[in-house]
Amino acid sequence: MMRPASLSSPSNLAAALILVLLALLPLFAELLASPFLVTLFTRMLIYAIAATSLNLILGYGGMVSFGHAMYIGIGGYVVGIMASHGVHAGWLQWPLAIAISALFALVIGALCLRTRGVYFIMITLAFAQMVYFMGVGLEEYGGDDGLTIYNRSSFGSLLNLSDKRVFYYVCLALLVGALYLVHRLVQSRFGMVLRGSKSNDRRMQAIGFPTYRYRLTGFVIAGMICGLSGALMANHNEFVSPAMMHWVQSGDLIVMVVLGGMGTAAGPLFGALAFLLVEYLLSRITEYWQIIFGPLLILVVLFARGGIGSLFDMLEGRRRG
Amino acid sequence: MTILILEQSLNGLQLGLLLFLLAAGLTLVFGIMDLVNLAHGSMYMIGAFLAATFAGWTDSFILGALLALPATLLVGIVTEMICLRTLYPRDHLDQVLATFGLILFFNEAVRLIWGPAGMSLPLPQFLSTSVEILPDVRYPTYRLSIIGVGLAVAVFLYVLVQRTRLGMLIRAGASNREMIGALGIDIKLLYTLVFGLGAALAALAGLMAAPILTAQIGMGENILILSFVVIVIGGIGSIRGAFVAALIVGMIDTVGRAFLPELLRLFLDRAAAATAAPAISSMLIYMLMAAILVLRPQGLFPAPGK
Repeated sequence: MMRPASLSSPSNLAAALILVLLALLPLFAELLASPFLVTLFTRMLIYAIAATSLNLILGYGGMVSFGHAMYIGIGGYVVGIMASHGVHAGWLQWPLAIAISALFALVIGALCLRTRGVYFIMITLAFAQMVYFMGVGLEEYGGDDGLTIYNRSSFGSLLNLSDKRVFYYVCLALLVGALYLVHRLVQSRFGMVLRGSKSNDRRMQAIGFPTYRYRLTGFVIAGMICGLSGALMANHNEFVSPAMMHWVQSGDLIVMVVLGGMGTAAGPLFGALAFLLVEYLLSRITEYWQIIFGPLLILVVLFARGGIGSLFDMLEGRRRG
Repeated sequence: MTILILEQSLNGLQLGLLLFLLAAGLTLVFGIMDLVNLAHGSMYMIGAFLAATFAGWTDSFILGALLALPATLLVGIVTEMICLRTLYPRDHLDQVLATFGLILFFNEAVRLIWGPAGMSLPLPQFLSTSVEILPDVRYPTYRLSIIGVGLAVAVFLYVLVQRTRLGMLIRAGASNREMIGALGIDIKLLYTLVFGLGAALAALAGLMAAPILTAQIGMGENILILSFVVIVIGGIGSIRGAFVAALIVGMIDTVGRAFLPELLRLFLDRAAAATAAPAISSMLIYMLMAAILVLRPQGLFPAPGK
């Protein structure tokens, strides 16, 4: 089942090609004179980072967390709240966004990981809902209406995030970093235990691994990466609101991971790009795009379980075979 | 003060019974078919919208409700036959994703058919009065009747599951699916029936909530997540657990919202209490869930054989 990860597999080559194209995107946007492209793709990159973090626990660890968007909200609110108090330094905002996400992930994970299977799905969903209501309850910071951010995170004279292209490249760099980090983690001893615990937790425990601790560590790392994507999202939208962590967002993240191919290095990248492109295209065709998207999703689940990543590998296999 | 407590406990009981109607369907479907059905909240919503529509056509709340129940049952059965049936052998992640797709579909379909604004379901004259439950204490008739209907359904479910042949099959199916199939029971039919029953229960909850909250798109989702909490607390697959947990959750939610602000004012100053109270009271049930998880991860009344 678990093939040795080869960096030159067709899906990874496709991913590398996509990353190169993404690096050139601002140039295309300039040539086509449509700066909107940069905004659209920045959003995709940020979601890809969030999906990458979810892939670590969902794809490799088998933990179906239905509350992952809560870290987008937490990371976003840390940036928003600090900005509203006049603290704009990214050196403070971003690490704190990551740290607070880690704290939430630690407490929530410690409780949720006591359970398995369908209990785990429902409980992560319920805790995310709780955090959502905490956001709604933040009356000082806009409550339900959200909070506008007037200044993006500042990194002194080093980076000017208000420049859309600079921000785009920061997101791209962080995405590549996240993909690489998860790839390395999964290949490490830690990742072996995590994957082993996915396929047979009892056996892993029997041979002496305290899998609970490994799974919790994975859960916290995923929360931290996703918290960073939340900080990016807050900067991108210049606005935070509880809607960022609405449970549908968590569902969307799962869809991205599954669509791209669970437990594959490049899956989240494919998934996030494909999901948001389909969303964008369908919503241009009809206002009621979800009436098409919902059944489409069901069809993907029923007939295309391996996701986009496996599609590339299948094409390769067919050519060889 | 005692009057307020009485009123709030009745409100809590009412929310608890609505939650029970949803949670019973969810827990039956999960217990028997091993299916995680996120789209259960959609049946709640569809029940409310259909009832509002039928009530508009027939000019009668009761007729509208009576028509909406079989109609939603039909929607549930069709959904089961077209989509969910193929999901039973799949893992929970597939089920979550596919039923997530169903929610998107149903929400959008409702928006397409009924528009984004939502619908109100006016009460008939005889239900929009209030009753004197204690000397000088009046309580809305309609809310009392929700409590009555909820309790009646609970009794009906108890009799159905414990005392009838269908109930025997449901219980047998919950503890060993392969075995009752081997004994010659038509499992497909049983599954479809149970799913339809769950959909009708959800519709009943939805149409009873509609006069108070109005029928809105997405109305089923918050209450669906609450019913997940109920199921987790009660123990998945157990109707008795769902009943007890639904009442506890309904009570804590309502009573917490009503009295926590007062209570916090004893410790905090007025402004701090006013901001902290709503957040804490909406977190109360999740804290309860966390506590139950620590003490009894399998829930209060775990179903046998799970």
